[in-house]
Amino acid sequence: MSVTYIDAIREAQETLLREDPRVFLYGQDIATFGGAFKATKGLAEAFPNRVFDSPISEDAMIGLAVGAAIEGMRPIVEMQFADFSSIAFNQIVNQAATHFYRTGVPIPITVRLPSGGTPGSGPFHSQSMEGIYAQYPGLVVLTPASVSDAYHMLIDAVALDDPVIFCEHKFLYRWLKAKSIQNDHLPIGQARIVRPGKHATVVAYSAMVHEAVRAAERLHEDGWEIEVVDLRSVKPLDMDTVLASVARTGRLLAVGEAFPWGGVTAEVVARTVSEGFHLLDAPPQRLNSRDTPVPYHPKLWAAHRPTPESIQEALRKLLNF
Amino acid sequence: MTDDVVKNRKFMRSIFHSMLRARLLENKLSSLYKAGKIVGGVYLGKGQEAVSATLGTCLIPGQDFFAPLIRDQAGRTAFGEPLIDCTRTYLGSASGPMRGRDGNIHRGRPTMGMPAMISHLGAQVPVIAGMLFAKRLQGTLAGRVGATCVGDGATSTGAFHEGLNLAAVEKLPMVVIVANNQFAYSTPNTRQFACHDLVEKARGYGIGGFAVDGTDLFACASVITEAVQRAREGRGPQLVVAHLLRLSGHGEHDDGSYVPRENREDHYGRDCIDIATRQLIDHGLATEEEIQSWHQQFADEVQRAVAQAQQEAVPDPYREDWSALSSSVSPAHQHSNQKEPS
Repeated sequence: MSVTYIDAIREAQETLLREDPRVFLYGQDIATFGGAFKATKGLAEAFPNRVFDSPISEDAMIGLAVGAAIEGMRPIVEMQFADFSSIAFNQIVNQAATHFYRTGVPIPITVRLPSGGTPGSGPFHSQSMEGIYAQYPGLVVLTPASVSDAYHMLIDAVALDDPVIFCEHKFLYRWLKAKSIQNDHLPIGQARIVRPGKHATVVAYSAMVHEAVRAAERLHEDGWEIEVVDLRSVKPLDMDTVLASVARTGRLLAVGEAFPWGGVTAEVVARTVSEGFHLLDAPPQRLNSRDTPVPYHPKLWAAHRPTPESIQEALRKLLNF
Repeated sequence: MTDDVVKNRKFMRSIFHSMLRARLLENKLSSLYKAGKIVGGVYLGKGQEAVSATLGTCLIPGQDFFAPLIRDQAGRTAFGEPLIDCTRTYLGSASGPMRGRDGNIHRGRPTMGMPAMISHLGAQVPVIAGMLFAKRLQGTLAGRVGATCVGDGATSTGAFHEGLNLAAVEKLPMVVIVANNQFAYSTPNTRQFACHDLVEKARGYGIGGFAVDGTDLFACASVITEAVQRAREGRGPQLVVAHLLRLSGHGEHDDGSYVPRENREDHYGRDCIDIATRQLIDHGLATEEEIQSWHQQFADEVQRAVAQAQQEAVPDPYREDWSALSSSVSPAHQHSNQKEPS
C-alpha cells in the first residue's frame, strides 16, 4: 500500500469535511466527477451538500468563497489549473487579501492551485503562480513538496483564519508516493532541511525539491555534500532556516519553476544578500524556468524548467567560484 | 399591491428620511471636500437616493445582506449604517470602521451583513451570493435576502456576469439593482452596451427582471418592494434596472461637464428628492411643515456627525499594526525593510 501526493490531498479534504462542519468544497467538475485530477473523488457522495460544482467563473468562485467566509464558513476552492486563477486574481488579491487589514474581519478561504508543468501541458496548464500571490500582503502561500506535507499543510491551511493559496504540484500528483502519511509535520512558516550538506545550499520548493535532491545525489558521487532546503511555505518565508544553512555552507543556489523575473528565488537571494552577506563565500545564484511561456512539446518543456542536470551545472559553477 | 405599498405611511416616510439624510450628508461632504478638509475622493449618490433608500428600507438589518456601492449613501442609511460611520471614514478618524486604512465609500460592517466594497466593479455580486450560500449550508437561509447595487458601467464587467449567473444557477434570494445613471464616469450608455434596455439581460440569466423610473419614489417603492418580496419568497435572483441621471460628477473632483444639456433637461434629469417631496405632500403622507422640520433635524444630525469625527484622533503610523494577516504565522520571519514610517 502506498499513498500518492494527490491521495494525501483528497484524504485531507475528507478529514476536513468529516471534522469541520464549516468546510465545503467548491470548484469546476469536483462533485460527482471528482475533479479533473480526482482530488475530490467520492467526496460528493460521502458528504452530501458539501461538495459543489461551480460554473466556469473563477472570479465568482472566489467571490462566493469570500462571502461564505464572512458568514462563518471555511471554503476550499479548487481552481482546475493554477493558470485559470488569473481570472480570479481580482477577488483573491483585492477582495480576500485586503479584507482583514481593511475591516478587521479575517477571510479563512483556501484556494487550491494545481500548479507547475507536466509534459505536453503547454502554456495555459503549466504555470507556477506562487510568486505573484506572495507579492500581495494578506495572503499565505504554501508549496508542499512531500506527500505528508500535502496532507498536513492542507489541514493547517484550512485552520488558518487568513486566505491561503495552496500550490500543489501536478507533476507530483501521481508520481510522488509514500508508504503512509507521516506524522512529521512542521508548523506553517517553517522550512525543512531535506538533505544535510556542507559545501552549498540549494533552496527549493514544490517539485523542484526533488530535482534538487537528484542533483545533490549526483554531486555526492564526486564528493560534494549539498544541503537541500525545502521552503514548504513561500509566504511566510523562513529566512532563519535559509540563513542558518548558508552559514554552514557559504554558498546559495535558489531554484524555482516559475518565470525568472522576480519571484520567490529572487526574494530568497535578495534577503540572503541583505541579511547574510557576511556568510557568503560566492555570489548567490538563481535558477528558474526560461523567460518564455511554458512550451507544449515535452522536449522543449524539459529544457524550459530547471532539471537535475541544469541544477547540477549551476551548483558546479557555484562550487568552483 | 402597488397601491398598498405607497399607502404605507410609515414605510414611505422612512424611505424619504433616508433619502433626505443622505442628500444633506452628501451636500456637507461636498463642501468639506471643496474646503480641502477631505483627503481622497468624494463620491455622491445625488439623483439615486429614491432607488437606494427604497432598497435599504426593504431589507431587514440583522437578517438580510446589503453590499452598497459608490452611490448608496441613502441605502446605507436606510439599512442602519449610522452617519458617523460615513463621516469618520471620510475624515480619517481612527475610531471609524476602517480606522484610516480605507476611505470614503469603501467602508462596511461585514459581520453585520454589510460588506465593504472594493473599487473593482461587479466584485460584490458574488460576495453577496456567497453570504447567502453560507446561510443555505447553515440551514438558516429561509426568509433572508441579499442585495447589491451597481451602475450601468458595472454591467460590462466579467464579475457582474459571473456573479449574477452563479446566483441564478444557485437560485439564491438575491436582488441586484442596476442604477443606470447614463454615464460610467464620462462614458455614455451608447459606448457601454448595445441592448435596448439593460433589463433585457435578466432574461438571458433566467432571473426576474424589472425596469423602473428611478426618479419616481412611488415607482421605486412599488417595484423594488416587489422584487425583494419575490427573492424572499424563494423565486431566485431579481434584477432591477432603474433609469435616472447622475446629478453630480463621477466624484467631486469632476464637474460632469460632458453630460449634455438635453440629458439634464429631460425626464430623468429631474431630482428625485423634489419629486418625492411633492408625492408625499400630494398623497397626504407628510406635510410641508413636517418635511421642513426633517430638513432641520437631519442637517443638525449631519453637523454633529461631522463635528464628532473632526474632533477624533487620526491613525498613528507609529502605533499602527502593520500586519495584513490575522494569524500569527511565524511573525519573526515576516520581512520589512521599513521598521518606522519615514
